[in-house]
Amino acid sequence: MSATTTRTPIAPEEPAKQKPGGTLYRGREGMWSWVLHRITGVAIFFFLLVHILDTALVRVSPEAYNAVIGTYQTPIMGLGEVALVGAIVFHAFNGLRVILVDFWSWATRNQKVLFYIVIALWVVTMLGFVPRHLMNVFSH
Amino acid sequence: MTVIESPRTPARRAPRRGVNLEKWGWIYMRASGVVLVVLIFGHLFVNLMVGEGVKAIDFGFVGGKWADPFWQWWDVLMLWLALIHGANGMRTIVNDYTNPGTVQRILKGALLLSTVVLIVLGTLVVFTFDPCPAGSPAELLPSFCPAA
Repeated sequence: MSATTTRTPIAPEEPAKQKPGGTLYRGREGMWSWVLHRITGVAIFFFLLVHILDTALVRVSPEAYNAVIGTYQTPIMGLGEVALVGAIVFHAFNGLRVILVDFWSWATRNQKVLFYIVIALWVVTMLGFVPRHLMNVFSH
Repeated sequence: MTVIESPRTPARRAPRRGVNLEKWGWIYMRASGVVLVVLIFGHLFVNLMVGEGVKAIDFGFVGGKWADPFWQWWDVLMLWLALIHGANGMRTIVNDYTNPGTVQRILKGALLLSTVVLIVLGTLVVFTFDPCPAGSPAELLPSFCPAA
């Protein structure tokens, strides 16, 4: 962008793609990628804290570990595991997208396309995981 | 009028000499992230997709896995990489939403303390784990235990 712009101070007609989306910040793919990365990251972090503690119960006794891990096998927690895996899979694919955007100029220019590829890969991965997992959770 | 600083304005001046820790933190997030994709996807596949998935997880399942040093090291590496990755991400969030001061120091101190405690705890659990504790009911133990 040139530093010496001497155009008339009338707001130019912006191309539609650069207009803010009507929501907070720019409201476009890059913002939602950032928001989702942050929210999923925090959620995964707090699960990790709990998961290290529950796994540490194997050092207490088989009964203590089985009692706690049994709560992970209930239908409600089974649905929670779908949400957890969904968060992890998004954070993983979007994190790889961030790395590509950082190191590869093509990816920097096409970060919006990459966001939709992340969504597509997330859908495919979840289609592979969710039916299998729910069959395990809801069967006896 | 309140002046909102540019998003790239540093909260404090970067040190002029020595190791650039923020740069290494940035590199660590990317390097550990790539490894974690492999470790965690593998962890989820083996524990949730193979066999009866989450229904099959119990003391005997963990004992069977950690009888193999491969899974011990897999889980310990995952523990270190993931917890430091997560804590550093939380540090970024604390930097974004708090100003330098007491609250920020307490939040970062809590992150550091919980990370150190859980890494030490988790590493000790994996390497001092006894899959066949004496006096436990035989039906709860892995099949390779003498009592089972």
